[in-house]
Amino acid sequence: MRRFIEQRPIWSVILFCLAAVLIWMIFAVWPQWLTSLIGRKKIFLNALFNGITLGGLYFLVASGFTLIFGLMRNVNLAHGSLYLLGGYIGYGVASSTGYWILAFPVSFFVVGAFGVLLQFFVFRRMEGQDLRQTLVTIGISIVMADLMLWIWGGDFYNINPPSWLSGPIETFFITGVKRSTGEFIFMKYPIVRLVILAASVVIGFGMWLLLNRTQIGMMIRAGVDDRDMLSATGARIQLVFVGVFAFGAGLAGLAGVVGGTFQSIAPGEDIRFLLASLVVVIVGGMGSITGAAIGAALIGLAEQFGSVYLPTYAVVVTFVIMVAVLAFRPQGIMGKA
Amino acid sequence: MAVVDQQSGDSVKTSADSQSQGAKTTWFERVPAIYWLLALVLLIMPVMASDFALYQIFGWSFILGMIALSLMFLAGYGGMVSIVQMTIAALAGYMLAIIGDSAITEISLGWPWWISIPLALLIAMIFGTLTGALAVRTDGIYTIMITLAIASAFFYFTRQNYVLFNGFSGFNGVLAPNLFGIDWRNPVPFYYLTLFWATVSYLVVLYISRAPFGLALQGVRDNARRMAALGYNVNAHRIAAYTFAALIAGLGGILLTWQSTQISPGTAGIGPVIDILVIAVIGGMTRPIGPFIGAFIYVILKTFAIDILVSLGLSGDRFQLLIGLCFLLIVFFSPDGILGLWDRMRAYQKRDPLRDQMGEAP
Repeated sequence: MRRFIEQRPIWSVILFCLAAVLIWMIFAVWPQWLTSLIGRKKIFLNALFNGITLGGLYFLVASGFTLIFGLMRNVNLAHGSLYLLGGYIGYGVASSTGYWILAFPVSFFVVGAFGVLLQFFVFRRMEGQDLRQTLVTIGISIVMADLMLWIWGGDFYNINPPSWLSGPIETFFITGVKRSTGEFIFMKYPIVRLVILAASVVIGFGMWLLLNRTQIGMMIRAGVDDRDMLSATGARIQLVFVGVFAFGAGLAGLAGVVGGTFQSIAPGEDIRFLLASLVVVIVGGMGSITGAAIGAALIGLAEQFGSVYLPTYAVVVTFVIMVAVLAFRPQGIMGKA
Repeated sequence: MAVVDQQSGDSVKTSADSQSQGAKTTWFERVPAIYWLLALVLLIMPVMASDFALYQIFGWSFILGMIALSLMFLAGYGGMVSIVQMTIAALAGYMLAIIGDSAITEISLGWPWWISIPLALLIAMIFGTLTGALAVRTDGIYTIMITLAIASAFFYFTRQNYVLFNGFSGFNGVLAPNLFGIDWRNPVPFYYLTLFWATVSYLVVLYISRAPFGLALQGVRDNARRMAALGYNVNAHRIAAYTFAALIAGLGGILLTWQSTQISPGTAGIGPVIDILVIAVIGGMTRPIGPFIGAFIYVILKTFAIDILVSLGLSGDRFQLLIGLCFLLIVFFSPDGILGLWDRMRAYQKRDPLRDQMGEAP
């Protein structure tokens, strides 16, 4: 942080000013001219919150992808299919047992186990052959998409959260002032989304702790930097690989349950989330968890603000961000050159 | 990546061999007899095949083969696996519909074919060049990801944009022009039209692969740093390859639009975009004939999948499963596709039992 400020003073000032404006826009009661310029504050706040929660979901999917890529150089283009599989499994568990919370561990472990199978039977056989791995995972995603369509059909599934999580909650963000009484109006927001956002922040923080403060994390970071050297020091690198792959796949499964609760699961969502994680990872930088978090927040916000303020060109906003990052920093925001 | 490199290295070597052997012979003697036979069969095909086979199977195979050929050119000679080729083809089709004639008269300008076709190709080439300029900033697997992202952005954009691309429904009634007194919509003329352009693009790719530009491109693929040290502008070669590939893909896109008489976002959806990669990989990306083989297999599978699946006791909807499994099997066991299998079979036949190494004939 301090180094960044010292190295790029002008950029820091600009970023600080933007952050200050954003904070003012979130907390202040908007004056009339601002409302007439960009619409009501409620819409703005909703887009902001939706963007951040969507970013949380993207982060869950993309962090597994980036972790797997960073450590093993495996481009797992079947990651979106793992997400969808997790969603369907979560739906099955939640609707048959009636416990929403049970869907998370079951999805995590089943999809994680599937990831172990993938690592064992596919990726280990073609270590170091990037293109072949990519092609095989494309094949796997085509086959999985059709198998899932066969089993679950083309319907939309929604995973219903328990009653104590459904319905909106009143937050402390002011959206406006009542004309008649002068009381503040506070924003209402679905409680389940806030819980999911909190959960993804906790998971992200947990991953950061795991990577930066534990022995296993040290091994993973060493593997990201220099795999051969790590195995030469006697670390059981294959075990680390299997573990990370299972964890990354499990996260995708977990994200599937989250996505099923927050939106819905249907055929085609696998591609959508694969693309989202690709863009997030390209923007954030390959193999960096922090980068995935920044990229996910950016893409989530861009998608939501785009769909509110530029309805037809929402996709293009995401794309422009990607192009801009590629043009000025091809390795991604947090990627290593 | 390494496997592809090695294999095409071999193919370059063999082509150099055949050139040195055939230095004294005339050019048509150097072409293997099997190619003349294939050309003859393709030329007299309208006598044997039904209209459906000409239009739907052969016409479609040639078109998909051309689009996959542009991918093969980039991937096989340039080492850049670009998923965006189908998108470029669709863009050319869209431009043809917008500049030329279609049933959506509010948007289509209705300009004559001799303006609309070159303009569509030009726009496709500009788009291809820009994509290339973006994609060459990274390499290897990143190229796949970036081009996939561009392709999907194009798909979602055309689906949402109603001003220019007419949104979800796209354009219908995009018909081939009635030229030289021939109605090119009829199966036999259309067959010859696609055959002609597929042959031309095949020969041009073959020529370029042996021309200085193609050799430099292959050098860039094998060792970019060394080529840069030799004074070649590596990125310029790569971007030029994208431009050339966009021309072939654009031609394919125009033919594809005429074949289906419509263009819509679904033409360049994620599925068709990936299908082009599937076709190129099934056929093999080491030589320009591969994509056409792949396209023919793909079209045959797609046309007769229902019959195959029903005979296996499954419902006809499982086409994607069939093609996905074929793709998986081929990638798993022969990364160079059908051409790789063929090469290995040839090497096996040539093997000298007294020697250990495969194909190292005395």
